[in-house]
Amino acid sequence: MKLISEKGVKRILGTVAFSAISVLFLIALFILNEGLPFIFKYGVKEFLFSSDWQPQQNKFGIFPMITASLWVTFGAMLIGAPLGVAGAFFLSEYVPKTIMKIIKPTIELLAAIPSVVYGFIGVMVLAPIIRENFGGPGLSLMAASIILGIMILPTVISISIDSILAVPQSYREGSLALGATTWQTIYMVTVKASKSGIIASIILGLGRAIGETMAVIMVAGNSVNIPHSALDSVRTLTANIALEMSYATGLHRQALFATGVILFIVIIILNSFASVAIRKRTRKK
Amino acid sequence: MRISPRYTQAAAVAILGGATLLTLLILIFIIGFILEKGFPVLSLSFLTDNPEDMGRAGGIFPTIIGTLLLPLLAIIIATPLGIVTSVYLSEYTQETRMTKIIRFGTDCLAGIPSIIFGLFGYIFFVITLGMGWSILSGGLTLAVMVLPTIIRTSEEAIRAVPKSFREVSFSLGATSWQTVKRVVLPNALPGIVTGIMLSIGRSIGETAAVIFTAGSSLRLPSSVLDSTRTMAVHFYILAREGLSAENAYGTAATLIIAVLLVNLSAYWLMNRFIAKRS
Repeated sequence: MKLISEKGVKRILGTVAFSAISVLFLIALFILNEGLPFIFKYGVKEFLFSSDWQPQQNKFGIFPMITASLWVTFGAMLIGAPLGVAGAFFLSEYVPKTIMKIIKPTIELLAAIPSVVYGFIGVMVLAPIIRENFGGPGLSLMAASIILGIMILPTVISISIDSILAVPQSYREGSLALGATTWQTIYMVTVKASKSGIIASIILGLGRAIGETMAVIMVAGNSVNIPHSALDSVRTLTANIALEMSYATGLHRQALFATGVILFIVIIILNSFASVAIRKRTRKK
Repeated sequence: MRISPRYTQAAAVAILGGATLLTLLILIFIIGFILEKGFPVLSLSFLTDNPEDMGRAGGIFPTIIGTLLLPLLAIIIATPLGIVTSVYLSEYTQETRMTKIIRFGTDCLAGIPSIIFGLFGYIFFVITLGMGWSILSGGLTLAVMVLPTIIRTSEEAIRAVPKSFREVSFSLGATSWQTVKRVVLPNALPGIVTGIMLSIGRSIGETAAVIFTAGSSLRLPSSVLDSTRTMAVHFYILAREGLSAENAYGTAATLIIAVLLVNLSAYWLMNRFIAKRS
C-alpha cells in the first residue's frame, strides 16, 4: 500500500534538498554579510595593502598575511607539485597495476591524517633541522611550506593518477609501436593528454594549502611581518583568524570575518580554475 | 648533441622512481614516528582514566567520548540531508543551469577552509543562538562542514549507476521513488558509504572548526549543551602549550589509529560491495 503519493515524495525530497542547499548558501551569505561591509567601510585598498595590523588601535591591514599566505602556498607547490606529479607518473606508467592499486589507497589514506599531527611533526622534527642547518628561529615560512607541501601530496598524486589513467591506452600503444620508450611516451603523449587533470590536481592542492590552519599555526611562527627570507616567522590569513578569534569583538571581529571573505574569494577563484580544467578533460574524452 | 633514448629512459625511471620513493618514505616516517613515540604511552588505563593536571598526567578518557560524540552528531544530521539532496538533484531534476550552479556552489563549499566554518559556527551557533561552547554547536558546525562532501560523493555514486538499470525498473511500471529505493540507492550504496566514512574521518581529525565551537572542557559532558574536548583538540593543546610531550604522543597515536581504522573500514566496505555486485 502506498502511504504517500509519488508527487508527495517528490515534494518532500525537494523541500529537504532545497533547505539543505539554502543552509549552505546562507552560511556563505552570513560570512559575506559580516565581512564585506567592513571591507568597504574600512577601504578596500587600506585593508588589502596596508601592513598595519594593530587591532587595539583599530588598524586592520592584512597585507603581511596575504603575502605570507601566498609565499607559503607557493612554497608548498614547489615541493608538492613536482614530487606528486612525478610520483603519479611513476605509479601509473612504470609500476604494475596490481602494486599501484595498493599504493594509491595507502597514499590517499594519508590525506586523512589530522593536520595537527603534521604540524606536530613540523615542530618536533623539521623546525630543529632548519634551525641547526640554516639558522633563524626554525618555525618559519620554510617549515610551513615543507609541511604543507607534504600535506598536499595525497591530493596531487591521487587526482593526477586518475587523469593519467583516463588517457586511452591506444595513445600509448601508438607511441610505443613507433619505437618510443616509456619516458618518450610519457612526455610526448601522456603528459599532453592528461595536462588539464594534472593542473586541476595542483590547483586543488593549492586550495588545501592556502586553507590549512592548525598545521600552519604550529610551524609558521605567527609573527605579523612581510617575510624577507624563507627563514622568517610569518602569519597566514587562516592563522590570523584562528589566533585572534576567541577574544575579538566589534570591529576586530568584523575584520577577521573580512579576512575570511578574502580567503573565501581566493578559494572560489581556485575552484573555478580547477573545474574549467576538469571540464576540458572530460570534453576531450 | 642528442642524448640516447636509452639514457633518458633510465634517468626518468631513476628520477620519477626516486620521487615516488621519497613521497612514500616521508609518509611512512610520519606515521612511524608518531606510533613509535606514542605506543609506549598507550595502555588501557591511558584510554580509560581521566586526565589530571590539565592533561600533564592521567589518561584521555573524556576526549575519547568527545571524539565519539561530535562526529556522531555531525553525521546523524548531515547524512540524511546529504543523501536526500543528492537523490533529488540527480533523479528528480533536469540538468539545468540551476543544478550546475548548485553543484559549483557545493564544490566551493567543500573546498572552504575549516577555519571559516569554525568562525561561522562560533559567531552563529555559539554566540548568536546562545548555545555556548557545546557538543551541539560543535556537531552542527561539523555537520555543515561535511554536508557538501556528502552531497558531492553521493551524487557521484548515484550518477555512476547505469541508466539501463533505471530504464528496466521504469519499464516494469515502477515509479521514480520505487526506482530510487529499490534500484538506484542499493547500487550507489558503496560510494555513499565511502563518502560518509571519509567525512567521519575528517571530523575526527578536525581541530580548527571544533576548538572554537565545542570548546575544550576536560569534564565528561552530561548534556549536548556541555562543552567537550576531542582528541585532536587535546593533542593540539598539549603540544602547543608544551604541557606533556609524552601524553601528546600517546594522544596522537590513538588519534591516528582511530582515523586509519575508520578509513580502512571505508575501503573494506567499498571493496566488499564491489565484490558482491560483480
